Amino acid sequence: MVTMDTLLLSRIQFGANISFHILFPTITIALGWVLLFFKLRFNATRDRKWAEAYMFWVKVFALTFALGVVSGITMSFQFGTNWPGFMETVGNVAGPLLAYEVLTAFFLEAVFLGIMLFGASRVPGWLHTLATGLVAFGTTMSAFWILVLNSWMHTPQGYELRDGIVHATDWWAIIFNPSMPYRLGHMLLASGLTVAFLLAGISALRLLMNDRSASVRSTFRVGVILGAVLIPVQILMGDMHGLNTLEHQPQKVAAMEGNWETQGHVPLLLFALPDEAARTNHFEIGIPSLASIILKHDPAGIVPGLNDFVTAEGEVMHPPVAPVFWSFRIMVGVGMLMLLASWTGAFLLWRRGVDAMPRLYLYGMSGLAFSGWIATLAGWYTTEIGRQPWLVQGVLSTKAAVADVPAPMVLTTLLVYLAVYAGLILAYMGVITYMARKAARGEPLPKDERVKGGEAMAVPAE
Amino acid sequence: MFASLDLPFIFAALLGLSILIYVVLDGFDLGVGILFPFATPDDRDTMVASIGPFWDANETWLVLAIGLLLVAFPVAHGAILTQLYLPVAVMLVGLILRGVAFEFRAKAPLKHKRAWDGAFFTGSLMTGLSQGFMLGLYIMGLSYTWWHVGFALITAVFLTVAYSFIGATWLIAKTEGPLQKKAVEWSQGGIWGVVLGMGAISLATPFVSQRIFDKWFGLPQILYLSPLPALSGLLVGLIWWKLRRLPMAGDRFAWVPFAASIALFVLGFAGMAYSFYPFIVPEAITIYEAASAPESLAIILVGTLIVLPTILAYSILSYWIFRGKATPLRYD
Repeated sequence: MVTMDTLLLSRIQFGANISFHILFPTITIALGWVLLFFKLRFNATRDRKWAEAYMFWVKVFALTFALGVVSGITMSFQFGTNWPGFMETVGNVAGPLLAYEVLTAFFLEAVFLGIMLFGASRVPGWLHTLATGLVAFGTTMSAFWILVLNSWMHTPQGYELRDGIVHATDWWAIIFNPSMPYRLGHMLLASGLTVAFLLAGISALRLLMNDRSASVRSTFRVGVILGAVLIPVQILMGDMHGLNTLEHQPQKVAAMEGNWETQGHVPLLLFALPDEAARTNHFEIGIPSLASIILKHDPAGIVPGLNDFVTAEGEVMHPPVAPVFWSFRIMVGVGMLMLLASWTGAFLLWRRGVDAMPRLYLYGMSGLAFSGWIATLAGWYTTEIGRQPWLVQGVLSTKAAVADVPAPMVLTTLLVYLAVYAGLILAYMGVITYMARKAARGEPLPKDERVKGGEAMAVPAE
Repeated sequence: MFASLDLPFIFAALLGLSILIYVVLDGFDLGVGILFPFATPDDRDTMVASIGPFWDANETWLVLAIGLLLVAFPVAHGAILTQLYLPVAVMLVGLILRGVAFEFRAKAPLKHKRAWDGAFFTGSLMTGLSQGFMLGLYIMGLSYTWWHVGFALITAVFLTVAYSFIGATWLIAKTEGPLQKKAVEWSQGGIWGVVLGMGAISLATPFVSQRIFDKWFGLPQILYLSPLPALSGLLVGLIWWKLRRLPMAGDRFAWVPFAASIALFVLGFAGMAYSFYPFIVPEAITIYEAASAPESLAIILVGTLIVLPTILAYSILSYWIFRGKATPLRYD
């Protein structure tokens, strides 16, 4: 049996934790704003369909938020239990950023979530709308701070090293580091797209169950149109983010392109099996010069190659190629699928309307309900594996930060986490589908349903 | 501008405050979960309703505490958490189960509800036990000898019972009728956990090191310290006396046991803080040795001083909005 060492196990554990975690904020960041939109539409039109849409999706939000919170707590402890070198070396920068996330975002979300979920009958309507807005704002602030820190780990600046410890010298430079605007924009758009397809997908499922209620038809429309609007913006943003990466982390782009030699006329590879031992690709299928055109806007443009990132002593200073190469293709592939699906949907909505959507399309859309998760994870794998062997680019290597915890102990906790996470993802997707089915059947909701006068927004938490 | 301030001390105080607020606030949430097996299914809905709007924000104090430790004392964060690797993992799994069970028990198909109730109880229990274990091990200096682990197992049980106690006193205040009567009985059963737990810790702490022993029994320190056990004794007496008479007509004094238990937790915490100061890793690293660079602490302090009062204000607003007896949770 291969002995798996503490470093590898700790990396898998952190990767598993953060992969599980990011699924839920990806939904709540944008869903918060969508809920505010539903609430404002209801306030403006007094049309019950917006209240129903709010009621259904606020439950999804509550469930998703809870999963995000508990998996996020795990992260904050793992810095200490598995990666003490991270905070010991860059704590002077990472610390304040994380502190500001807790102070300006976590409490805001957590406190006003209670009012948003359970307070509508206890507070004036404007305060409930405000609470919804503050929760959405809080989730976005949280994304802002964490992406500031993450971007700084990719493109660090505004610091100096004293005795091997990072000290902050310019907070403005740290916060507005070169990759931050692109990464933040890319992630917020990813969240918007994930939610657009979740809205459209779950609504499509309900349409397929012959739930033709006004709220489902409206949420379906909102989802498709939101997706159709955001996807071209995201493709543009992704391109700009890629060019920014080329400037600051060329080795990552080289791995994404599977390009070994620094040269011009680099093809865009559609398929290849990168082989790091032989330092070449097998079974390449590519479009000539297209990578050079995308990255340098010139077919002869020189694109950096992986072989430039091997030291004279033979130490490899570029990321593992195959995972980065493939994650990137999966992300782009899902993005293209999203473009096709949302634009087809928008066209069909325009020509035929919600009630005449082909069943085949609705089946396809419900299949894409969680497609945003795949693209988001693939994107994160591209950028995070692409940063290896560094934890903080050029400052701290991943292996220097890991805790000396015995490998069997890490393996034990890893297996427990994996089991819990697998169970929870299945339960989460199952319960959301169950809620959609229950709502589609128009089943009387369990006890305590009372439709009140005035606001008429009564749906029980049960 | 903060050059003259004792930043490590300020941050140690903030850290202590966050831990204390967490232990009190999430203590009653966890206690409610630990009491689940003793309650009927209908009572369980009311019990969850009593903490539903608050638990998330309550748990955030733990994130703030661990964040402050991480941010202000990074060396201690690593030293403490690598020593507590397994109990931390148990606690995290417990927190995950408890937190998601809140949502799933209300949203999953009815036939799964019992299983999620079980997860809610198990998660709360794991969290309480592991926190108590970490408390005991911390007092013993974070090393794994048979004696230390034995002591930590004892504090694990006592802290768990203490959580169930403060959870029960919360329920006395937030519920009525038969459930409130049950909560009074639960409190009477649980108060022993608090008394024995504080007793065990008080007996053990001074013998961990000569330094703490002198701090407790030297003159004149013993005079300053004596109000702590005296007040604690009075509070226990007050709670015991009230519990025998509750519930009273017109629901008078229903808040007294909960308020008094908060005071009791504060006193216990003050005693510990007094004993361990200035060490953050017991008898090994002081807050001054573990503190981050002053310029990083200063920038956090600015934010903290602005934001913390705001957080307290809107937390109080939330407790005010959901005041009174717990009613079924409804999304409207």
